[in-house]
Amino acid sequence: MTDNRTIAAISTAQGEGGIGVIRISGDEAIETADRVFKNINGRRLSDMSGYTAAFGKIISGGEELDEAVALVFRAPHSYTGENVVELSCHGGVYITQQVLRTVLEAGAVPAQAGEFTKRAFLNGKLDLTEAEAVIDIISAKSKAAAGAAMSVKEGALRRRITGIKDDLLTLASHLSAWADYPEEDIAEVSEEMILEVCRKAGSDLENLLSTYDSGQAVKQGIDTVIAGKPNVGKSTLMNLLSGYEKSIVTDIPGTTRDIVEDTIVAGDVILRLSDTAGLRSTDDAVEKIGVDRAKKRLEQCSLLLAVFDNSSVLEEYDFELLKAAENVPAIAVINKTDLPNKLDVEKIKSYIDNIIYISAATGEGKDELIRAVSVIAGTDRLNPSEGILSNERQRLNALTALNSVKEAAEATEAGLTFDAVTVTLEEAISALLEMTGESASEEIIDRVFHNFCVGK
Amino acid sequence: MTYFAGEYDVAVIGAGHAGIEAALASARLGCRTAIFTINMDAVGNCPCNPSIGGTAKGHLVRELDALGGEMGKTADECFLQSRMLNRGKGPAVHSLRAQIDRRRYSEVMKHKLELQENLELRQAEITDIIKQDGGYLITTQMLAQYFCRAVIIATGTFLGGKIYVGEVSYESGPDGMFPATKLAISLKKLGLPLRRFKTGTPARILRRSIDFTDLEVQKGDVPPQPFSYETESLGDNKVDCHISWTNDRTKQVILENIHRSPLYAGRIEGVGPRYCPSFEDKVMRFADKPRHQLFIEPCGENTEEMYMQGMSSSLPEEIQLKFYRTIKGLEKCVIMRPAYAIEYDCVDPTAMSATLEFKTLEGLYGAGQFNGSSGYEEAAAQGFVAGVNAALKVLGREPFVLTRANSYIGTLIDDLVTKGANEPYRMMTSRSEYRLVLRQDNADERLTPIGHELGLISEERYHKFLKKQELKKQEIKRLKATTISPSDDLNKMLVSRETSEITTGVRLIDLIKRPQLNYECLSPFDPTRPELEANIFEQVEIEIKYEGYIQKQLKQVEQMKKLEKKLLPTNFDYKTLSGLRLEAQEKLNNIKPLNIGQASRISGVSPADVSVLLIWLAANRGQTDGNA
Repeated sequence: MTDNRTIAAISTAQGEGGIGVIRISGDEAIETADRVFKNINGRRLSDMSGYTAAFGKIISGGEELDEAVALVFRAPHSYTGENVVELSCHGGVYITQQVLRTVLEAGAVPAQAGEFTKRAFLNGKLDLTEAEAVIDIISAKSKAAAGAAMSVKEGALRRRITGIKDDLLTLASHLSAWADYPEEDIAEVSEEMILEVCRKAGSDLENLLSTYDSGQAVKQGIDTVIAGKPNVGKSTLMNLLSGYEKSIVTDIPGTTRDIVEDTIVAGDVILRLSDTAGLRSTDDAVEKIGVDRAKKRLEQCSLLLAVFDNSSVLEEYDFELLKAAENVPAIAVINKTDLPNKLDVEKIKSYIDNIIYISAATGEGKDELIRAVSVIAGTDRLNPSEGILSNERQRLNALTALNSVKEAAEATEAGLTFDAVTVTLEEAISALLEMTGESASEEIIDRVFHNFCVGK
Repeated sequence: MTYFAGEYDVAVIGAGHAGIEAALASARLGCRTAIFTINMDAVGNCPCNPSIGGTAKGHLVRELDALGGEMGKTADECFLQSRMLNRGKGPAVHSLRAQIDRRRYSEVMKHKLELQENLELRQAEITDIIKQDGGYLITTQMLAQYFCRAVIIATGTFLGGKIYVGEVSYESGPDGMFPATKLAISLKKLGLPLRRFKTGTPARILRRSIDFTDLEVQKGDVPPQPFSYETESLGDNKVDCHISWTNDRTKQVILENIHRSPLYAGRIEGVGPRYCPSFEDKVMRFADKPRHQLFIEPCGENTEEMYMQGMSSSLPEEIQLKFYRTIKGLEKCVIMRPAYAIEYDCVDPTAMSATLEFKTLEGLYGAGQFNGSSGYEEAAAQGFVAGVNAALKVLGREPFVLTRANSYIGTLIDDLVTKGANEPYRMMTSRSEYRLVLRQDNADERLTPIGHELGLISEERYHKFLKKQELKKQEIKRLKATTISPSDDLNKMLVSRETSEITTGVRLIDLIKRPQLNYECLSPFDPTRPELEANIFEQVEIEIKYEGYIQKQLKQVEQMKKLEKKLLPTNFDYKTLSGLRLEAQEKLNNIKPLNIGQASRISGVSPADVSVLLIWLAANRGQTDGNA
């Protein structure tokens, strides 16, 4: 039925945490694992039953690569419904990748993105919304994202959609009964009734849609640029935020030439950071490329952390930065507050509203900075347990519903007949029902008979 | 002792609304056809309401007519009063309904069958159907045996019919006819999934026992519109209908006697329709509703029987009289025929494909109430499709399938064979997702070319149709090309209709587009308007006004067509596709949908299941050819 080749992949996020898990799934998963894993007590994984663990070593080319724990799951009692072995090793990006390479050499093929979940779904382990939620949980890198994904799984979104859908369904069934049973004494539908329901559904849908961007900020992260004149402390700030050294920190201006990508969790928000090269004119060809790229990046980012040196006066580069900050959401980060003030902060305030004082060297001001970031991302207002839109499919459905509801209201106001209005309302309902997996026409007909006394 | 009595290409069992259309279509396509009826006086009988059409049903009649069916023409010939329902609610829900003379309807239809070339009408109860090489051997109660290459079952409420009136119940067909008691056993032997449905009808009351003085009168349209595109004029309405209301006392009688209802006492096992509830059902289910409407409709010109629409019942006769007499105008009423409920055998329509042929029994078809539907019009529509397909099969031609995108008939059949029917199925406008495209006014445009292609539309009619389409095209062109200059009179009219004045020349088409305006009010400002039949103006106006919606629905049709091009194998065991939920596996194995589009409409198959099917199809592309 499905592709049953044995697949393998690193199933923990790379570069995070101490343990790396390599998951192997498929008919040959256990045999494949046996080829690379040497149990400390000599017992083969193939001889072990499901839900058991073994401690041993990963052997590659006769050499010991790492220590690992192997967890054995037997079909259908596993995440994917297939035979699964999970090798938990000590991690480190390099080691984890070496272990994966060894597993692939032993006969597995690399898993495609989302393939474990797809197999779980195809083997009846998950339904579609659950599968989507799980994919979200996997890619969620912070608490808020995990919370939002969990609440989708538990139906928070479904409840919220049902709330919106209910009024629309009641109206559509009223319109249907009114059209299909012209000789029954069914109350006339008034324009006001239609407009009222459309207005409410429209504003509910707009609220729901407005959570999407914040939801994406939680889940996908915000494209963030750290910029400032050379040696203002950008790299130190980035390291402060991310917790370990990534960029090379020196006192020589121009050390950071490339845009260094990193992902850090700041409170509830993921920041996809670029530590850009300083914005300075240069004749150094290599450095010039870095500067140009930084400028471009600056124009496109979703959040700019503009770093200023408390201990020096505003220079040409700083003004360039302030100008750039007018066009993107920005926070002015004033560094080196442990040194005497020479900076014209009032001037900065006239360009940037958010001003945070930090000392990258001592870690002071970090919490204030994180709070300011979550205000800009909108995540401070986000309550994941209310149910939010967490993927593009859901967003499109909600958007279709919103547009249809608006269109129904416009048609009503323009004096179009209610058959056109009804068809448009039904589109909205279909889009909402698609999110929850029901069928529109039957729902309406059921409600007609439930709510109206009709028939000859 | 049985005897061999002859051979037919197609045999139709039952001469109700389904059987008639089936037999006529088959005979007209050139097949030697027989149609059997239990009682020669019951051909085309209307055992319930003396009317044809109504919401969505009017669409079916128009579509049938556009394809070359007979119901619309006969209804026009027997019309007493005609009304276009839902005027003002929008063109998608306009529906024609005609009161008809029911005895005359029956007589006219019977005569048409008698006159039809290739067709033999016979009085006989069919008691047995046996599969034989290349067809079926059917046996009558008189022990005659006929070999038929295809058989259409259109038994209505005759099959295993049982009537209930209070504590009284007996085996019977409708209107006191004999039931067909033996055939069901034979059908079960063939493996057909039979079940019991029920329906009901109100009492017929003697006209002169009714006091019409204070009743609201309901008159027909002036002029009345015909169903058939071939009927030029109907003449005047011949009768009025009347409206009365039930009251507290009516309710009281029901509540006091509900224990005597066979349904509430649990004696009826059949499933009844929600949209055709008995009056006691309405009272019980909508207890807070103070009163219910009742329509008093004449059954014909030469009879004093009056039909009590809205008041069907299975309470005892004495209780019926009691509650009818609580109603204004009916205080002294005399019941000529009591109301009754009837229970009957019908088949699970998911056993059939969209041609209405049984999936496992080649050459055997079902139509009408036997398929789990209700209503004369639903029956006639299916009869036509079954009759055409039986004939095409015999003739070795390609099958004939109407779709949700081109007709209510296609929607009706797709619903039946895809979703099944848990209760007698009635057509409603809300069942069609494309109802702004599938209107009763444009049935000819949608279906007459198909009817012509089949060979059921005469060349003469087809040429008339083509000419009409040409005139329509020219008229739209004219509206686009004609500009009207502002004038005081025009602006006065515009203001009076609450739409904005014009200051420069405006194209006629842009004025007609305005919801507040129409052909009629623009007439004084449109001197170049040609003389055209009303239906052309109607279609043109609707197409202009609703253009955006129509375009959108056409787009949805295209999307659905894409899904319908993704074919599914018919011999695949969905149980092996474990990504599907259990319910979906079972439903898919039962229905064996032909494509993803049909699969997506099966109740119990969720969008997630459809995604599984899509992923599975994609994963197996090129590999399923062998078993597909």
